[in-house]
Amino acid sequence: MSLNSNIPSGPMAMKWSKHKQDSKLINPKNKRKFTILVVGSGLAGSSAAATLSELGYKVKCFCFQDSPRRAHSIAAQGGINAAKNYQNDGDSVHRLFYDTVKGGDFRARESNVHRLAEVSVSIIDQCVAQGVPFAREYGGMMANRSFGGAQVSRTFYARGQTGQQLLLGAYSALNKEIAAGGVQMFPRTEMLDVVTVDGHAKGIVTRDLVTGKIESHAGDAVLLCTGGYGNVFYLSTNAMGCNVTATWRAHRKGALFANPCYTQIHPTCIPVSGEYQSKLTLMSESLRNDGRIWVPKNAADVGKPAAQIPEADRDYFLERKYPSFGNLAPRDISSRAAKEACDAGLGVGPGGRGVYLDFAEAIGQFGQKTIAERYGNLFAMYEKITGENGYKQPMRIYPAVHYTMGGLWVDYNLMSNLPGLHVLGEANFSDHGANRLGASALMQGLADGYFVIPTTIANYLVHQKPGSVTTEHPEFKKAVEVCTAQTKQFLNNKGKRSVDSFHRELGLLVWDKCGMARDKAGLTEALKRIPEMREEFKTNVVVPGSGNACNPELEKAGRVADFMEFGELLCLDALNREESCGGHFRTEHQYPDGEAKRDDENFSYAAAWEYTGDFSKPTLNKEPLIFEEVHLAVRSYK
Amino acid sequence: MSQLNLHLKVWRQNAGQPGHFQDIEAPEIPDHASFLEMMDIINERLIAKGQEPVAFDHDCREGICGMCSMQINGVPHGPEKATTTCQLHMRKFRTGDTIWVEPFRAKAFPVIKDLVVNRGAFDRIQQAGGFVTVRTGAPQDANALPIGKEVADAAMDAAACIGCGACVAACKNASAMLFVSAKAGQLNLLPQGQPEKDRRTLGMVRQMDKEGFGNCTNQYECEAACPKEISVRWITKLNRDYAVAAVKDAFGNTRKEAGGGD
Repeated sequence: MSLNSNIPSGPMAMKWSKHKQDSKLINPKNKRKFTILVVGSGLAGSSAAATLSELGYKVKCFCFQDSPRRAHSIAAQGGINAAKNYQNDGDSVHRLFYDTVKGGDFRARESNVHRLAEVSVSIIDQCVAQGVPFAREYGGMMANRSFGGAQVSRTFYARGQTGQQLLLGAYSALNKEIAAGGVQMFPRTEMLDVVTVDGHAKGIVTRDLVTGKIESHAGDAVLLCTGGYGNVFYLSTNAMGCNVTATWRAHRKGALFANPCYTQIHPTCIPVSGEYQSKLTLMSESLRNDGRIWVPKNAADVGKPAAQIPEADRDYFLERKYPSFGNLAPRDISSRAAKEACDAGLGVGPGGRGVYLDFAEAIGQFGQKTIAERYGNLFAMYEKITGENGYKQPMRIYPAVHYTMGGLWVDYNLMSNLPGLHVLGEANFSDHGANRLGASALMQGLADGYFVIPTTIANYLVHQKPGSVTTEHPEFKKAVEVCTAQTKQFLNNKGKRSVDSFHRELGLLVWDKCGMARDKAGLTEALKRIPEMREEFKTNVVVPGSGNACNPELEKAGRVADFMEFGELLCLDALNREESCGGHFRTEHQYPDGEAKRDDENFSYAAAWEYTGDFSKPTLNKEPLIFEEVHLAVRSYK
Repeated sequence: MSQLNLHLKVWRQNAGQPGHFQDIEAPEIPDHASFLEMMDIINERLIAKGQEPVAFDHDCREGICGMCSMQINGVPHGPEKATTTCQLHMRKFRTGDTIWVEPFRAKAFPVIKDLVVNRGAFDRIQQAGGFVTVRTGAPQDANALPIGKEVADAAMDAAACIGCGACVAACKNASAMLFVSAKAGQLNLLPQGQPEKDRRTLGMVRQMDKEGFGNCTNQYECEAACPKEISVRWITKLNRDYAVAAVKDAFGNTRKEAGGGD
């Protein structure tokens, strides 16, 4: 398949302006005739649904939560980047663009990233106008802070709840349009399939999570704004409901899935405390400014209370390995170093998967009061979850899956290779390359929804006859039959094991073999185990209850079935990519000092996988990454 | 880590039918588990016995999405102050305890199943005015609208509301005043919210009444139950904003509909 990324010609800084000029327009009277289906109501989905409705399109928006305001964008803590240069510290669109491309370890598409940096400034203006209560200085101006991977202060924030405030802003815009009649909202509704007619995405099939009814919705275009696939690992910082179902089922209908092996592991999470654990909680990595990370030097000391291990017997491994960055080494590097220490049998806490984050020295130097002022809420959260006092004994932390950079392949218009199917936010692959910088996820979700898709969707719609397909089309019937059959199969199965037990088993395997560090032997083993697990799932899963009512077990079963299929593609992609870059670390490909070793000659491409009917044998399509602006270099943090 | 042996009395109900408490024994619960993880454990055991698990709402499990909604021993989100159910941990209980688990109860929050209720009324209240009418792409530069730190911080205090409904569940009248006052208060306080202040206030309060929430009688149970510690002072502000808007409305000074333009 030939991939046309539709990148506009001309100099990098002019591409988006030129594309806006060249994009098609649809007159206001005609816009009303088009129906757009928006799946997901996080930052990307809510902002897209609201803005498209403002423009005059008819919008139907779907979310599985009980209210669009609960989508997992809500949980983002730190902030949102924008090249405002309010601090006069030398920031610019070009610098944000450069930092993002470099932070992504040179595996993102340059033109998309440049556009993201350009529209970042408008996002902040838009959110302020909606009443988002950003942090302000005494003079009334916007406050900023610094974040990883940048030397300027360009991050805007609302206490530790930036995601919630931005989502509530987008949700308020959505509410305005619902009240105006432009958006019809379908909460507690899960998308089960994309319906394609003559190769174009013309509708979706959904399940009403209250009544169990499987329904068809026809539209002139479909937008998937359904987030990432981090829950393939079972334990992650994602919400429990986050899933790959929408993008995966679109993939099965022909949409290409790009770079699934790019997953981000966040180093400062609270460790797993037992088998019952359902999710992992992130603590802001700002803690590493004052906390020192260590493990005992000797395995014999592992079980002892930290206070009984003398200074000489502690290994401050980040300070030792990365003397100039020390405890503030980047996310991927810090995560791997913690894993190595635990693999060597030096991990602390239950299960031996944890390292100490010690504030004793900082408390000695600045006093507990100052430390409490800086991080009091995080110490309180830590105590709530672990029952331990981080002021009196070191915290225990361990890396956890946090974000997924891979996703459905899209062109410059955010349209997948299936005409009409557009993909926004974390669900697409385009902007973060192999690693996402902090405070950039919120930026991308809102850029796509507020500013990109409202322009680019017309380039597709202008060639369409509005309302040309209705739910009477036989393709809808076919899709409904497939979904109904799957529901029946789950409910009639006389299995013995719960859905969660399978999900946990899959997650452990994928985390072990395709987590922070990957190698050929491990990936090969995972690729053997996953299809076996999938077979067992088919015959041995038990789903109680009925299909005609609220049934959370049934919802989970469908999602886990998709993770079982997707997990194989994740490992295949990781096996194919014989290099290390960003969040993808192949132990065979590293410099003698342990740094990730990219192979630009052979792997400077986006791997876009095509479903062939056999999960083990997808076809690889390559989009070469061409760098016009940025010079490729090795990342080093010594 | 130690383990707890608990007796649960859990509300079971199908939509439109009467509900009842089911006795569920919960031995060997790790004290490090969260309350929802305890529910996961008993659900796994119910499934293993061929029974239907308890349906409950949950999503982020980090205290921010507002989806979890259990009444635990009569208190929304349970005994720990400023804590959602998902952040409540079992070490706050003792072995041998009997724990009553119910849905958030209010006429305006009908039960969907077991502990799952429909809080769509909150969305409809926000649709009745909980926004600033601004088109995407229209705004001025963010710094062209200076907002003093004190005002921004106060607006943020109100904006911290996660829309869980604990305030309603805690109130003997099932009043939604704390929720509505926080949502309206954030925008009514900020300069961006001034042009629509009266319309917003009237719209949201009238929708609240229409949804069947009760009146506020100043018991302050809502503030005590709120996981985000939203202050009842927002209710005072809403009452003030409402009085002004209602008087103006009575004299015909509030435009109900936007005009069509010349």
